Amino acid sequence: MAVGVVTRTRPTPTARPARAQTRVRHRDGWWAVFFLAPQVLGLLVFLVFPLGFAVVLAFMKWDGLGEKTWVGFDNFAAQLADPEFGTALWNTVKLAFLTVPVGLGLALLLAVALNQIRGKTFYRVVYFMPVITSSVAVAVMWQLILASGDFGILNGVVRDLFGVTLPDWLDDRTWVIVAIAAVTIWSSLGLNVVIFLAGLQTIPPSLMEAARIDGAGPVRAFLSVTLPMISPTIFFSTVVAVISSLQAFDQIYVLVNPAHNDGARTIVYQVYELGFQDFEFGMSSAAALILLVLTLLVTLVQFGAQKRFVHYDS
Amino acid sequence: MAAISGIPLSRRLGRVALHAVLIAGGAVMLFPFVWMLLTSFKGTPQMLNAPLDWLPHPWRPQNYPDVFSALPFGQAYWNSFYIAILNVVLTLFTSAMAAYAFARIRFRGSGALFVLFLATQMVPAQTTIVPLYLMLAQFGWIDSHLSLIVPGFVNPFAVFLLRQFIRAVPIELEEAARIDGAGRWTIFWRIVLPNIRPGMGALGIIVFLASWNSFFFPLIFLNSPELATVPLLISQFARQHGAVDYGLTLAASAISVVPMLIAFLIGQRRILNSMAMSGLGGR
Repeated sequence: MAVGVVTRTRPTPTARPARAQTRVRHRDGWWAVFFLAPQVLGLLVFLVFPLGFAVVLAFMKWDGLGEKTWVGFDNFAAQLADPEFGTALWNTVKLAFLTVPVGLGLALLLAVALNQIRGKTFYRVVYFMPVITSSVAVAVMWQLILASGDFGILNGVVRDLFGVTLPDWLDDRTWVIVAIAAVTIWSSLGLNVVIFLAGLQTIPPSLMEAARIDGAGPVRAFLSVTLPMISPTIFFSTVVAVISSLQAFDQIYVLVNPAHNDGARTIVYQVYELGFQDFEFGMSSAAALILLVLTLLVTLVQFGAQKRFVHYDS
Repeated sequence: MAAISGIPLSRRLGRVALHAVLIAGGAVMLFPFVWMLLTSFKGTPQMLNAPLDWLPHPWRPQNYPDVFSALPFGQAYWNSFYIAILNVVLTLFTSAMAAYAFARIRFRGSGALFVLFLATQMVPAQTTIVPLYLMLAQFGWIDSHLSLIVPGFVNPFAVFLLRQFIRAVPIELEEAARIDGAGRWTIFWRIVLPNIRPGMGALGIIVFLASWNSFFFPLIFLNSPELATVPLLISQFARQHGAVDYGLTLAASAISVVPMLIAFLIGQRRILNSMAMSGLGGR
């Protein structure tokens, strides 16, 4: 249901006379080729071929100009042994664990709250504003808030009001990932609220009514009716949120500049730096492939977990 | 609001608390925008001496014209706009075609091909960035908008979404047209496309926003200042002058953000529904 598999049965082919059917099918084959051609060709040229090329490159040493040398698994070994890559991997994992549960949890609470009230439109619009704002503008706006010294309004106001000095969010090696997570949650919250709210509105009111008649309080009804009913939506959003946090780059690049603060280095930044600053094309591809494997593994684990936690009603 | 008098006091209090929490959250969402606008009117002396004063003194609207003279901003706006429009047109057209084939044409391997299509969604775009760059360089498309326009139309998610919409179009419409002698193309163009207009609209909005806000590809594929898109131009300006000319940087951001926010406020119902729908996988 989450991935919305509509089961609409087509008229069975046996209903038609056999000869007409083969002729139609033959011609249909060509029509299928025609209709599919642009997307399939595009996919082959701009995704499948580069992916194959990336695999080949990952086993080579090449700066784009000189000789290509076959180095076997050296690039992978070098990356896995490189403390910079280790930092990037660790930061990426931390970011996912900081953003996904908190971001989706907050979004779910807000969606449930919004579902109770009239005048949702105003709140939906306000919460959604960051979603349509480009990640670059988001980063510039937050840089101004989180900056250190006398510039950042957050630390300035907290110091003036409470006399407490907060960490230098963007310059501190440890705290920067928390700041990035907060900005990421801020900028994606509205999207998840809107999606969850739409999911909540697909729950038939009769179900909630039945739960109430059976004596379920609000908490019980939430746990036994609401959660199972929107679990496909939660699952879908979780997969999307995890994948996008594994690919975090845009906001970080503008907000922090990981070249100056190691605490903000993510895998994609590593791929970018190796490829387009150091021109280590093989090394960069190896790091990118490690990211791909990580993405596939994490998604597979989630699809495995889905069977236990996600409820599909049909 | 006559109904309210019938609601017990405790529930009414609960409702007030609910609104209080939602308003507090809303303030957190709005504050960065407000602070951006206020700062965009501040001059450099104030940023250096009293950056935390809430209001600009004096107000300096001159930051806005200054942005346009300091940067090729008008050009960047046009670049972002026409690239986004081309992305929308190409993506909608080609993915509707593919979606039609998957939804309504029976051919061998249809199911397997569709699964493969969806599986490619799992490949992060960054995985292929180096080879893609090398390939586009071979085509001579680096530092050209072609690097953003042409690969941009490949969109398996769009195919998936439109397929859902096409399957919801009554098959009887198509059969009636076929009896009248319409071929596949006529059916697609005259029957299917007009019937999935809401889906196309939703997808168009999503693709436009994604293209307009895209940063990673322009950062890597473009060099010339006159080719820059809005996010690219702002990021470069922020990196060079950010700490010095906060007022200008924030004015630049505001110019990029405010028109989108206004467009969003006007079309909010459709935009929110489109986003919700795509998040639910096209239900």
